[in-house]
Amino acid sequence: MLLAKLEFPAIGELVDWKQFWLPGFNKPILLMIVSALIVVALFVAAGRKKALVPSGIQNVVESIIEFVTDGIIMQTMGEDGLVFLPYLTTLFMFILVCNLFEIIPVMQFPPMARMAMPMFLALITWVMFIFMGIKKQGPGYFKAALFPPGVPKALYVLVTPIELLSTFIVRPFSLAVRLFANELAGHLLLVTFAVLTDTLLFHNTIVFFKPVAVLPAVMDIGLTGFELLVAVLQAFIFTILTAVYLGGAMHPEH
Amino acid sequence: MINPLAASDITIQSQEILKGLGAVGAGIGYGAAAIGPGIGIGIVVGNAITAMARQPEAAGMVRTTMFLGIAFTEALALIGFVVFILLKFT
Repeated sequence: MLLAKLEFPAIGELVDWKQFWLPGFNKPILLMIVSALIVVALFVAAGRKKALVPSGIQNVVESIIEFVTDGIIMQTMGEDGLVFLPYLTTLFMFILVCNLFEIIPVMQFPPMARMAMPMFLALITWVMFIFMGIKKQGPGYFKAALFPPGVPKALYVLVTPIELLSTFIVRPFSLAVRLFANELAGHLLLVTFAVLTDTLLFHNTIVFFKPVAVLPAVMDIGLTGFELLVAVLQAFIFTILTAVYLGGAMHPEH
Repeated sequence: MINPLAASDITIQSQEILKGLGAVGAGIGYGAAAIGPGIGIGIVVGNAITAMARQPEAAGMVRTTMFLGIAFTEALALIGFVVFILLKFT
């Protein structure tokens, strides 16, 4: 035996947190509340002064809002999508802060790695785009979505079930699974290399192999940078897909 | 004549083998699920780079669309990952 003990915790242990205080209250819930508070505090702090020439925190928040306006709404929905600016900015910031908890020491858990959170956010998106479709186009929204114009009549046998499945079932599902799986995979990746380092360093009976622990440690540091990228990218993708679905429901010919 | 002790050994062994086969299946399943999205993301990003190189002024729009394409393609690999987790750890 080279390694005296190389044991990985079961997946249940990695994502199952002990409850404390109230029933059902655990670390992911706490992190979620903290992240909501951080987002609220950020925007309140930035909006308090309303300086004409922004500085400090106001500068940061204004550039975030500008990014959501120019990078997300204008690219997908156009002018009349600006109604959704508050919701999309909140969504982006909430997911971003939640994801960043993955790599912040002490917290080190992305709340989005529990399926309930992304699923709920995806359900909000789902209800919103169906609502906007009905509001803008009336019942014709379902007709346009299920029977796309310009398709030969006979092909509707094939097209309608596919459209039904892809628009109303797969969309929210893939939206939720994308965020959830990315965060869980990132968390597992970081934990794997951390456990490997720990095992090689502290539970290794052969002193000769202890320096090998440098390799997984360096890998862990590198992956932390990669997870920072993933955190920002996933927040961006969730927000822009919400915007794309809303835009598709509002403008049928897109 | 079957020795009862040997029979129980066989049961334990077959259970171990089943567990191992489950792990192998989960691994192969995720590997297979990653092939298609890997190729797909390669095509998406490659063509996006070509487009950006040809028309640098459209880079912003191309980048947004590229991320959208990646997101749609990547979903399949991630569903494969979730299935892997479900097969392996439940």
